[in-house]
Amino acid sequence: MSTGLASGTDLRDSRVVQKSPLVRFLRKYPLQIGIFFVAVFIWVLFLIGAPRTFLAGDIYVAFMATTPYFAMMAVPLTLVVITGEIDLSFGSIMAIGMTAYELVYKAGGGVWMSFVACLLAGLLAGALNGVIVVRLGIPSLVATIGTQFFWRGAVMVLTNAQGIGMTPVQGTILYPLLVGRIGGLIPAQFIWTIGVAVVVWFFLNRHRFGAHVYLVGDNLESARLMGVNVGRTKLLAFAAVGFAAAFAGFVVSEDVVFFWPTLGDGYLLNTLASVFLGGTSVFGGTGTIFGTFVASFIIGAINAGIVASGLTGFWTSLIYGLIIVVSVALQTVVGKRLS
Amino acid sequence: MDHFLEMRNVSKTFGEVAALHHVNFEVGANEIVGLLGDNGAGKSTLVKIITGYHPPDPGGEFYLKGKKVEHYSVARARDLGIEVVYQERALADKQSLWRNIFMGRELSNAWGRLDLKTMRGETQKLMSTLMGFTSSAVTPESAVKTFSGGERQGVAITRALYFKAELIILDEPTMGLSLSETKKCLDFVSGIKAAGKSAIFIDHNIFHVYPVADRIVVLDRGTIAGQYMKDELTLQELIDKLYLVAQTGSLNGKEKDA
Repeated sequence: MSTGLASGTDLRDSRVVQKSPLVRFLRKYPLQIGIFFVAVFIWVLFLIGAPRTFLAGDIYVAFMATTPYFAMMAVPLTLVVITGEIDLSFGSIMAIGMTAYELVYKAGGGVWMSFVACLLAGLLAGALNGVIVVRLGIPSLVATIGTQFFWRGAVMVLTNAQGIGMTPVQGTILYPLLVGRIGGLIPAQFIWTIGVAVVVWFFLNRHRFGAHVYLVGDNLESARLMGVNVGRTKLLAFAAVGFAAAFAGFVVSEDVVFFWPTLGDGYLLNTLASVFLGGTSVFGGTGTIFGTFVASFIIGAINAGIVASGLTGFWTSLIYGLIIVVSVALQTVVGKRLS
Repeated sequence: MDHFLEMRNVSKTFGEVAALHHVNFEVGANEIVGLLGDNGAGKSTLVKIITGYHPPDPGGEFYLKGKKVEHYSVARARDLGIEVVYQERALADKQSLWRNIFMGRELSNAWGRLDLKTMRGETQKLMSTLMGFTSSAVTPESAVKTFSGGERQGVAITRALYFKAELIILDEPTMGLSLSETKKCLDFVSGIKAAGKSAIFIDHNIFHVYPVADRIVVLDRGTIAGQYMKDELTLQELIDKLYLVAQTGSLNGKEKDA
């Protein structure tokens, strides 16, 4: 996986090679290698702290089931952060997507049409963030705090704070397809998360859109002078997050077989932490999908790891914060050494 | 005379400020035009209109190769063969060399999938030919922030050359360059002339502009204060005139119909 999701590619040009292949590899992927070692380090810590839990397979299946809830959003959110923007509204977009589902379903739309309505609502809500940021020039931090409240309020008003059972979905192929257990073991949402990561990786590293994402975040003025459509690039990145949030919201609701109108509360920090722990710069212009993907699972493991290590719940936040700060520091040091 | 570019009565206002005021400006085929002027004279605004970055105020006319241009944009300007080497050195520092060379014009197939192999290969070729990078520590994957000022300028100039520009605009290209790097840059401008292309050369330093320009245009407070064929006046006369413009805003007499 370390090469599959990394940001660069194989180099087969004919230039003179002075450095050993290992050194060149290290220099080429400092961010990815940094996060990889952080992951191994924390895993070893947990292995020592709670060997019985972390040597058994169950805990990993649990990670594969729950981490995708926010990893699926963290991956496209990486694009937004690379463009130098931020999105804080995706938690509410998860719920507005499911609200669209509920409304269409109650109107007799059926599972599939309701599912499409859910995704469409997310896409539009994400695009709206983009429009506010790009067309009106409002800083994304402010704009998406606003839309976060707006969509949450809209969910409450439209659903009357009433959720909806998702049992009808269990009768369709959607259920096994999205949250089933492959081979009776691997949660389907884990495979979907890998799928999302691969698709987003492709667009970031192998497509004009991704090239523009990096350029816009690195130097907005240069990008504009060189004819990059800055507005469209940012708008698409925001729309992608909205779409992914609606999809994640559907997966979560289906997994617990109920849509709670509070859906999405509590995902904000995990998702953002995954992006930043993954080595994406808050200043824009750099970041990798591989980093975000691995970091999501680190974030996903921390809670379980702390509890399994026999520490009480009081310790959770303290250690959580400590691990994030130390990891980011460690990664920065490793990254600087390598690049 | 055969003009590559011709602007008639072009103005540009930003809010209350008239950055350019009814300017007539042209660049002949295979002509090097030196554009001089103090800070705030409107040089950069003029350039940004030519490159499609700023739309001019309504009313002006703009011709390229004798054809009137409508719906102008940065992309359109590039399609028509206008390239700029900006004083801000429009580079993306954290990105690799090849991403900078192909910035905004990435080679890709119909679906937008990048052709990495060709872009890296072309960059490698350009490095050893046009840019003159000899160190094997620099590769197409190297981030541009690790380069020196001259090397970065080389990247920007190479980018303009690679895309077969007809008119290359150099916006203060010698700023911040060492003596030998400046010479290299001026040689490059002479090279544009020899290659049959046109150029607009903007600089504060008239000692850089004078030797390479065919014609010198002096811009002052948003209007063309005067223009001279180089063989009409000596360097000393030009310097005297520039002082006069800076003090009085006019070049008294000798003013040609612009």
